Amino acid sequence: MKIIVCLKQVPHQDARLDIRSDGAWIQEEGIKFEINTYDTYALEEALRIKDAAEAEVVVVSIGPDRVTQALRTALGMGADRAIHVKDPEAEASDAIGLAKILAAIVKAESPDLVIMGMMSDDGNFAAIAPMLAGLTDMPHTTAAVKVERSNGTLRIDREIEGGAREVVELRSPCVIAVQTGINQVRYASLKGIMAAKKKPFDVKSIADLGLGGQVGAAAVKVRIEKISPPVKGERAEILEGSTQEIADRLVGKIKELGLL
Amino acid sequence: MPDFSGVDFLRLDDLLSDEERLARDSVRGFVSKEFLPLVQEHVRRDGSFPMELVPALAELGLFGANLSGYGCAGMNNVAYGLVMQELERGDSGLRSFASVQGALVMYPIHAYGTDAQKERWLPELAAGRAIGCFGLTEPDFGSHAGGMITRAERRGSGWRLDGTKRWITNGSIADVAVVWARGPQGILGFLVETDRAGFETRDMKGKFSLRASITSELYLRDVEVPDANRLPGAEGLKAPLGCLTQARYGIAWGAIGAAMACYEEAVRYVQEREVQGGVLAGKQLTQEKLVFMLTEITKAQLLALRVGRLKDEGRLHHSMVSMAKRNNVDIALQIARSARDLLGANGIVDDYQAMRHMVNLETVRTYEGTHDIHTLILGEHITGVRAL
Repeated sequence: MKIIVCLKQVPHQDARLDIRSDGAWIQEEGIKFEINTYDTYALEEALRIKDAAEAEVVVVSIGPDRVTQALRTALGMGADRAIHVKDPEAEASDAIGLAKILAAIVKAESPDLVIMGMMSDDGNFAAIAPMLAGLTDMPHTTAAVKVERSNGTLRIDREIEGGAREVVELRSPCVIAVQTGINQVRYASLKGIMAAKKKPFDVKSIADLGLGGQVGAAAVKVRIEKISPPVKGERAEILEGSTQEIADRLVGKIKELGLL
Repeated sequence: MPDFSGVDFLRLDDLLSDEERLARDSVRGFVSKEFLPLVQEHVRRDGSFPMELVPALAELGLFGANLSGYGCAGMNNVAYGLVMQELERGDSGLRSFASVQGALVMYPIHAYGTDAQKERWLPELAAGRAIGCFGLTEPDFGSHAGGMITRAERRGSGWRLDGTKRWITNGSIADVAVVWARGPQGILGFLVETDRAGFETRDMKGKFSLRASITSELYLRDVEVPDANRLPGAEGLKAPLGCLTQARYGIAWGAIGAAMACYEEAVRYVQEREVQGGVLAGKQLTQEKLVFMLTEITKAQLLALRVGRLKDEGRLHHSMVSMAKRNNVDIALQIARSARDLLGANGIVDDYQAMRHMVNLETVRTYEGTHDIHTLILGEHITGVRAL
């Protein structure tokens, strides 16, 4: 069995974010990056399948040099092989461009399962998994909270509105996009990190994937115009008085807003 | 508690290899998520360690991480130092646990032991299935370890050990004690299984410092061990001092972790704390303190990194470790005190970490060569004269 895990590297949750001078993204110089939280759960899910059965776990990421860290972390946690798509054109792509790049890798690798987080901590598009499924003609599901395997079929619990669960069955090969919290993500052990140095690590360009002219800045359909920090609210009201008075007034406010 | 992303003013990350950064980040995540939620409870209970974490610490490869073979990770000394930094960012007690197990128990077995001793103990100690302790300091001999009273006498084909050791981390939970004793021709090292007749321990209570760590006394009353338990490669006082150089090296890094924890907490606090006329961060005296902290942390990082690289190249002199331990613990303590100042009254409660690090660092300043002893080691290095 072969599993592809798609990882995105995003700014560290605790990094101080400043907006770039052109206003279209954050300044990336000097901040720390980490693997997108959602994707860490996808990786853990793949490693659990590997622990339980014979499986090769291939991790794929798109981005500049720094992405090496994310892929090496994944290898240290137990993935077998890494593919890094490193090309300025790849980075300038929109969601459909990135999905095309991943689709080219999926077609070349023919995995039994592609698994990734349902969205990224930074972009929040939640677009890649369904787009990749469309481009590769594979069934897919999103918001997976439980993954069970039996004889080439995957039984997935997915989260739907109001906390309810929907159970779907997908036949392999397929694409699964997972929700956070579906497992307990392991830590890369020091021995795993040392072993990762010897694992295969491929670097590919857009030309290597035969996608010249099809992705990148010239092909984008969605462009980020501007990002802005949340506006600081002026309407905060500090409740004063005894604990009982504050509690009573707070309950009153909540009722006023029709939330209780 | 928010995630910790480190303190790296001079982009020193660029000087680290991938595996050095990965080792640090993995341990950092573990400390944030698994250790820090438990530390307050253990500090409140005098002299206890979250033993339930030991299998996970072993699984991560934190025991003897810079040793090779026998189930050890075989990392270089910079990666090992960064691991110590992250452990002490959690608590000096956590770093002490790993320091003792790795640098003071596994290292002497690795460096001075027989193949049989290595095969028996190192895999067990690396896996956390066996816990070790290091018995050098005595009630009457601390800095002057060479004056030790504990005796090793020949008894048939084996040895009889007699004496008392004090301030021994993990003494009462250890399966094996590395015991240093005065033999007929000088200092000898022994591996003593703690279930041997005549071996007893008592925990030391009432500590203000290192409360999330077990500190014990060891009593050896005519404990008999076979000659196979003697570390044959350990000749004279330089053997235990060689272990201490390893541990002190880890402390030089560990202190940076404690300092970073205090700095980060202080920066966060002053940005939120409203005082007269705005946030505390906007006061000149606050900024002066933060500038001192960041500058000293950065200098300490450079010192530790250079010492680590020299250690990996085999060009280390023990006086370099003395400089790093002496300086880094000293500035960490100053930073912890300053951070506690900035936290005001809140700084004295254990919901904040600065005071916990501050009192821990009083111990760290004293053990593994006191601040003053390292001053004299460096003084002798400069002048060639041993000062009285």
